[in-house]
Amino acid sequence: MKRRFSREQRLTIIYGILCIVLIIVMLQLWLLMASMNAYLGGDSSVIWPSVVASFICFGLNAGLLWYIRKIEKS
Amino acid sequence: MKGRQDEQLSLPPDGRSLAEQPKWRQDFPIDWPEDHYVSRRDFTKFMVLTSFAFVIGQVWIALQNYFRTRRGDPAIRQIATADQVPIGGALTFEYPYPHDTCLLLRLNEQEFVAYSQKCTHLSCAVVPQLESNRLYCPCHEGAFDLASGAPTAGPPQRPLPRIKLEIYGDAIYASDVELRTT
Repeated sequence: MKRRFSREQRLTIIYGILCIVLIIVMLQLWLLMASMNAYLGGDSSVIWPSVVASFICFGLNAGLLWYIRKIEKS
Repeated sequence: MKGRQDEQLSLPPDGRSLAEQPKWRQDFPIDWPEDHYVSRRDFTKFMVLTSFAFVIGQVWIALQNYFRTRRGDPAIRQIATADQVPIGGALTFEYPYPHDTCLLLRLNEQEFVAYSQKCTHLSCAVVPQLESNRLYCPCHEGAFDLASGAPTAGPPQRPLPRIKLEIYGDAIYASDVELRTT
């Protein structure tokens, strides 16, 4: 059985998701700055792990966005 | 718990009932919870797009690193002879490619050092100030230690790239560029 959320519940959910997405995006920004600093400093050891970590972060964000669409359809 | 019918009602921002609201609001009610929901949902979407842009940035850095690694080490090239640089003097040269301006500095009779002339903050040209034992960036008051190239003042965080030198007799050769994070 699909669960239908009230408007207040959906607003609470969107606030929670927005907080998580913002934290993840800030983490990605930090990763990007660290990678750029390493690249300019000639250190290539952290670059590919950063790409993987950033991609995982994006996957989490995309999953949360998918969840928003899901609760809107229910 | 509110019923489904209640959810369809418009909620004014002051919390009073619709009958107590001014006529313009009764005629054009705004559903504030729905309005807040939509604006936050759209902001979340924009943040996810930003997240994707960061992934693209990371991939771009990785590709740049890949192409830089494929280029390999620069060729060894003679840049000057010892008598061209007086003690306490400096000479500019281009290495490893044209327009990559570098500074060759003679600290004493035997000791030479060379650095890229681009400041690690925003790539302004640094100026040697040997009397102050530093390389000075006039753009944002940055300074680097003469002997090590490490940042000593201003916004630069990384040391200047060091040009590896080899001296054979009187000739000074540049053999590599050493990028550093600390």
